[in-house]
Amino acid sequence: MHIVVCLKQVFSTPQVRINPETNAVIREGGEWIINPFDEHALETALALKDTVGAKVTVITAGSQQAEAVLREALARGADAAVLLSDAAFEGSDAWATAKILAAGIQKVGAVDLIVCGKQTMDGDTAQVGPAVAEFLGWPCVTYVRKLAVEGTTLKLERLFEDGFEKVEVVLPAVLTVGKEINTPRMASLKGRMAAKKAQIAPVNAAALGLAPESVGRAGSPTRIVKMATPPKKTGGIKIDGSDAAAAAKTVVEKLRELKLV
Amino acid sequence: MTDKTQFSGVWVFAEQREGVIASVTFEALAKGRELATKRGTHLAAVLLGQGIKEKAADLFAHGADKVYYVDSSALAGANSDALTAQLAALIAQYKPEIVLGGSTICGRSVFPRVAVRAQTGLAPDCTGLDLDASGVLQATRPAYVGNVLATVVCPEHRPQMATLRPKAFKKGTPTAGRIGELIEAPAAVGDVKTKVVEVVRDAGNQVSLTAADIIVSGGRGLGGTVHFSLLTELAKEFGGAVGASRAAVDSDWINVSHQVGQTGKTVSPKLYIACGISGAIQHAAGMGSSEFIVAINKDPGAPIFEIADIGVVGDLFTVVPALIAALKNR
Repeated sequence: MHIVVCLKQVFSTPQVRINPETNAVIREGGEWIINPFDEHALETALALKDTVGAKVTVITAGSQQAEAVLREALARGADAAVLLSDAAFEGSDAWATAKILAAGIQKVGAVDLIVCGKQTMDGDTAQVGPAVAEFLGWPCVTYVRKLAVEGTTLKLERLFEDGFEKVEVVLPAVLTVGKEINTPRMASLKGRMAAKKAQIAPVNAAALGLAPESVGRAGSPTRIVKMATPPKKTGGIKIDGSDAAAAAKTVVEKLRELKLV
Repeated sequence: MTDKTQFSGVWVFAEQREGVIASVTFEALAKGRELATKRGTHLAAVLLGQGIKEKAADLFAHGADKVYYVDSSALAGANSDALTAQLAALIAQYKPEIVLGGSTICGRSVFPRVAVRAQTGLAPDCTGLDLDASGVLQATRPAYVGNVLATVVCPEHRPQMATLRPKAFKKGTPTAGRIGELIEAPAAVGDVKTKVVEVVRDAGNQVSLTAADIIVSGGRGLGGTVHFSLLTELAKEFGGAVGASRAAVDSDWINVSHQVGQTGKTVSPKLYIACGISGAIQHAAGMGSSEFIVAINKDPGAPIFEIADIGVVGDLFTVVPALIAALKNR
């Protein structure tokens, strides 16, 4: 089985601000990491490699800097890494990003399974996984929390708001996963050493057969016209809870007044 | 690029499970009604399922002028393959200008795929929607877990698609007996490759976190699994759901499905009661849009007090039981 895991490099803290003049996102006090949900996608693939045997290829679209998440994945046990990088990709929305990733995955060759995190923690669109599936014409099962392989069939449990569904899907397929599915492993020292030496040659738009105007800002159906920092909520009243009964009475009276109870 | 003049009408995808229409559908209908009126066009709902034709009445009552109904066993569950194919087929045939749905698990699974099939853009998980003079949808959505509000447009492609964050928009008041045009369309579910074998609902019929009007949430201050029963009791008094901070989930005091925050769920209930939660940015990001926040914490310097409407500086183990007593005493 050949599994591809889509990774995104994100900034570790959501505490970002917007420069009101340039609309640029100002990031501070954090570091660049693998999107946390993608770590669970990677672990899903590595666990399958351990149990049923699989080749695991990790893929990301981004600048040269994004190579770091690929090396981290190699260190944890991925077999190959693909960096899709081209100035023409800049400004891609989730739709165009999915198009680039789908083209990259097609270039990888015979793939049976694609695993993505359920969403990123910066864009939060939850759009890329299902959209990659659609560009490839594959089925997609989202929010998977458990999986078993039986031949070419996956037996899955996927979450919905008030429970879960048992679902079966025939490969090839795309899955999205969240934290519920597993606990990501750490890289071994040996893995880190090997990952450091790995050659990762960037793949550009031409190599993927993508016209520059079909991706990036030009190829994205949506665009962001405004970025703003939402008004900060200011704290209300503070009451002393040392007399619990009195404090509770004050709270409940206020909630009744607001018709919240 | 699309010939935009061919597209008209505002659509709402009516999400249903076992014939029960999701609450967010009515929120989307209220917003859709407003947009349709502003644009001088009609509002339609798309109802996909089996044997649920009579549910169209609820959609008419909430403002739909038309309901497109498709009856098929393949559409009975929330099978994303079937829903994607059917919704994309209806869009290709009837060419709506705007298509709205809920940013629920179903909506988040189906809308991105439909957007690829329809070769158009999607603004997911919106908290604000408006139209400019030329009919371009201005979709406001939080990114960076609510620390940034981005306005997204899809100027050249049609339809313009958006999913609405549950509870971010208000439902309208239904007009009983309001009628509209019911259009039955043939099933076009395509090649369904995913089979739903069984649907399992959470035991105890507990209120789902994202749908709850009231959430009682616990953090590090609770100190252990057993103390969550105290919160369950308070939540029961309110008819609400129980949430948790990452600290509580990582300590294995409660299941991850209850986690609120950056790597958990984003919620915006009418009332959020944070018990023993310090209110780190990652938690605040997932609940900061709650309408009213009550915080109970021993530490007067806890950041949760900066966003709480009422902050009680005290021991949650005395304040929560006192709250339960005060609520019982009505």
